[in-house]
Amino acid sequence: MPAKSSPALPAPSALPARSALRDRPFRLAAPPVSGMWRPRLVLTGVLVGVGAFALFCWGLALGDYPVSLPEVVKALFGVGDPGTLTVVRELRLPRALTGLLVGVAFGVSGAVFQTMTRNPLASPDMIGLTEGAGTAVVAAVVLGWTGGLGLSTLGLLGALATALLVYALAWKGGATGYRIILVGIGVSWICTSATDFLVARGNRFEAEEALGWLVGNLNGRTWSQVDSLAVALAVLLPAALGMGRWMRTLQLGDDVAAGLGTPVQPVRLALLLTGVGLVAFGTAAAGPVAFVALACPQIALRLAGTSAPPPLVSGLTGAFVVLGSDLLAREAIPGTELPVGIVTGALGAPVLLWLLIRANRAGSGG
Amino acid sequence: MSTTDSRTPRPATPGSLPQPAPGPELRARDLHLGYDGRVVVRGLDLTVPTGRITAIVGANACGKSTLLRALARLLAPRQGAVELDGAALRSIPTRELARTLGILPQTPVAPEGLTVADLVGRGRSPHQTWWRQWSAADEEAVRSALAATGLTELADRPVDELSGGQRQRAWIAMAVAQGTPVLLLDEPTTYLDLAHQIDVLDLITDLNRREGRTVVMVLHDLNQACRYADHVIAMKAGRIVAEGAPAEVVTEATVEDVFDLRCRIAPDPVSGTPLVIPLGRHHHGGSGDGARTAGDAVPAAVD
Repeated sequence: MPAKSSPALPAPSALPARSALRDRPFRLAAPPVSGMWRPRLVLTGVLVGVGAFALFCWGLALGDYPVSLPEVVKALFGVGDPGTLTVVRELRLPRALTGLLVGVAFGVSGAVFQTMTRNPLASPDMIGLTEGAGTAVVAAVVLGWTGGLGLSTLGLLGALATALLVYALAWKGGATGYRIILVGIGVSWICTSATDFLVARGNRFEAEEALGWLVGNLNGRTWSQVDSLAVALAVLLPAALGMGRWMRTLQLGDDVAAGLGTPVQPVRLALLLTGVGLVAFGTAAAGPVAFVALACPQIALRLAGTSAPPPLVSGLTGAFVVLGSDLLAREAIPGTELPVGIVTGALGAPVLLWLLIRANRAGSGG
Repeated sequence: MSTTDSRTPRPATPGSLPQPAPGPELRARDLHLGYDGRVVVRGLDLTVPTGRITAIVGANACGKSTLLRALARLLAPRQGAVELDGAALRSIPTRELARTLGILPQTPVAPEGLTVADLVGRGRSPHQTWWRQWSAADEEAVRSALAATGLTELADRPVDELSGGQRQRAWIAMAVAQGTPVLLLDEPTTYLDLAHQIDVLDLITDLNRREGRTVVMVLHDLNQACRYADHVIAMKAGRIVAEGAPAEVVTEATVEDVFDLRCRIAPDPVSGTPLVIPLGRHHHGGSGDGARTAGDAVPAAVD
């Protein structure tokens, strides 16, 4: 045996142990399950998840009819007086749940897009999907072509149609991440111009209704919005997490991924559909809540110290940011309720600038 | 063509592993390759010598990287086929192919913050399932790949913070951990300084001699191809002009044909393999063979 080869007794790890948060493998004997135990990732996920749950409960406690935090938690489990139960579970829960689920959907979607294209700027709110949803809704409102469909359904169709358009235009013997971004930015501006044109053309009442949806809002959500989003997440979230292994190879570039046995184009299409589905259903429920899909995966990546945005932690970060922003939107100016999208936009824009500046400094040009 | 070397026999590596059972045979039959409307390779036949190092050389845009991509199934042939042990490459399941044949593209880019250990670990993905993501075999493969490339100490460092040579070794380590009997490398020495180029080529030789892996690499440097390859394939305009042992292929006539470069060939003073000395139009002041022959074109300098 060459001298460099391993010793007779396998050492626990060839890599020097450095900290308690270091990744280490685990291996079970009976079911042959093995994997990497990533303490920092798990810890980040738990902390962000607990934080999001705290904001969720806090949001349920706030309002004209005061409910204490312990009462909120009890009411969630169906314990308490009928008045409190009605206020918490019937009046306030749909809004809080929508915020939670929309945050998760946008966060996971952003993580999927950013990993697939290897570019933090390639989130769905940058490549035209939310703009496409907006154009569809505004067109319906201004031109009166709702076709019996709700605004949310129209938003969903708009996002899906835009995604198909971007993918078709970016396809040239296989769609690469870089082309998806460039085409997406172009399509995004076309949609924005179309929306502006429609708003300018419509009468004042219609334009205001359309603009109200375009900003991203959690006001007056109902159980029907929660239900459709929850069903979508129940399907798309496991799909996104299940493709995590392939995302790890795609992150190394298409050729390396193919060499490592990844069916690149089918996986890319599946990831694209999953990411589009998440953002489309999220947009349908709450409108385009700005910057969540762009910023949250990048925040999660830095908190967890990973090289690609971790999907689940990105989703939890999304929930945290949307719920926190909604609290801020409700409480920042007494007597006025801002739409949540204004707050996330104000918080997210600096994150975008920071990403652009960093990308330029690193020489990758974004 | 014969694969026996005309150069001095290799010294036996002390303690080297016995040669494993012959690996799979990679061959191309009547291969036609191209991009969009452009045909790059037309009717190429090739058998890669199993368990040997093959270097593909040729001028820029002669189709050598295209050929390598087709051998790795990164590019589908328009006509003809690449075969692995007689089975067409496109009929082999993706994961199974990835356990037999590894490819390292030219200058791959690692995502920011990815550690060496993580990168090398991803080389194991063709061997993993979603419930078995880090088996004892994975661990051992990564450990020995890090050791073979001298990266054990750097395992926790982010790849983007390494020097160019270390970074290239990390990517090779990933391909090594993949554990494929056939390894395809597209210009593994690009952008490296000379010391690191030799470092990488020595490492590839180690992998071939210790583990008997079949290596096919595209190389720019003819002298390095002569020294490090057992089999040289010279390509021009999408066709193979000559192939065989370096001494048979790298001749003054072939170099002039393939690279459009007049040269003299001398024995490499270290390895005895052919050493290409380009003539060029200037600097013919030496007392060597080249100066005398080219003397009619350029007057020799007179003191």
